Amino acid sequence: MSIVTYNNRSIANISAIGAAKALTHIKTVTASGDSTISFVDGSSDVVLDSTYPIYLLKYINVHPASDSQHLNVNFRDGGSSYDATKTTSYFEAEHGEDGSGAAVNYVTASDLAQGTGVQKIAPNVGGDADQSCSGELFLFNPSSTTFVKHFIIRTNTVRSDNITFDTHVAGYCNVTAAIDAIQFSFGSGNIDAGTFKLYGLKDS
Amino acid sequence: MSINVCSNRSMASITSLPSGVSAGSLVLLETQTASSSSTISFTSNIDSTYKEYVFKFIDIHPSADNINFTFNMSADSGSNYNVTKTTTFFEAYHKEDGSEVDFAIADSRDLAQSTAFQQLNGAGVQNENDGSISGYLKIFEPSSTTFIKHFISSSMSNAHNGHYAWNSFMAGYGNTTSAVDAVQFKMSSGNIDAGTIKMYGVV
Repeated sequence: MSIVTYNNRSIANISAIGAAKALTHIKTVTASGDSTISFVDGSSDVVLDSTYPIYLLKYINVHPASDSQHLNVNFRDGGSSYDATKTTSYFEAEHGEDGSGAAVNYVTASDLAQGTGVQKIAPNVGGDADQSCSGELFLFNPSSTTFVKHFIIRTNTVRSDNITFDTHVAGYCNVTAAIDAIQFSFGSGNIDAGTFKLYGLKDS
Repeated sequence: MSINVCSNRSMASITSLPSGVSAGSLVLLETQTASSSSTISFTSNIDSTYKEYVFKFIDIHPSADNINFTFNMSADSGSNYNVTKTTTFFEAYHKEDGSEVDFAIADSRDLAQSTAFQQLNGAGVQNENDGSISGYLKIFEPSSTTFIKHFISSSMSNAHNGHYAWNSFMAGYGNTTSAVDAVQFKMSSGNIDAGTIKMYGVV
């Protein structure tokens, strides 16, 4: 083994470090008129397997092609369809730019009970040029073949009627098959713009 | 130059790594330690380098009692902290003697198209020796000149003379398409007596 030497107080010939990379960037996808944005394990440099116990997805300034569209997410548990069975909770805080309507509410119409359809994570995202939603999704231990797959999501949205929404979704994919892909979509129309980033979080 | 030595298989006093070696995706950009500070401002390194900036505020202790810990953004490099904001604020709290709990919207703490500073705590932070607030503030793509500027925050403080655990959730957006390039924190009255605020960029 060669000796690693100092170079003006930096160290040369180091190709990887361990503990400092607790949050590891895996993949960035920039939307541009896409019907869906997907992260599929083993495809296009995406890792979504047992490499990390926790995965974090950031979605930043996601903008719909059509006005007032829900941003949705779904998970794949084998095969090619995004249809993992999910049970979720959904609550949101809202406040209008005109000062009206401040409230925090549980929204039964937006949660799922053993549903296989998409889960709403941002309501009625505005289509004005400066409107969008941004947030983050934590997915825990997707490769487990023993446990269900928990997830926690928080999103801030400018709704089409100029109301800010702080949306909190949590739940689990009620499957013991591994989750190997995640997909984002709007209820109708394309994802006109937005940045989606996938990270892995190490546990040691 | 002294030779740095391995210590329990870690290296001490390393100041940089070779290019191409990532130190991880959460990059510490700046740490500021309050000491009777009227304001704590971050006026550099907020640009298009990162799509998200994370501020972690740790044990922020006010000089005055029952005071709010607040933030604002600047679109002119810190000359003015007055970005227009619309926000939501809700909170859960529990009194130490178990006699009170609540989970509710806190309309008095939110903003509607206001340029004022946004509070990050619920009821006022207490200034007894062990009183403080800790939490995070995340700002998404502050450099955008297309979109508004989303932010989300969560904090825990001991409030109301230290008798309550107060969990606060604030979120909203800076309603501007100008780039945000500076962020300032301050108490609503008096100084930040002590505390640490760290700014990270997320790769």
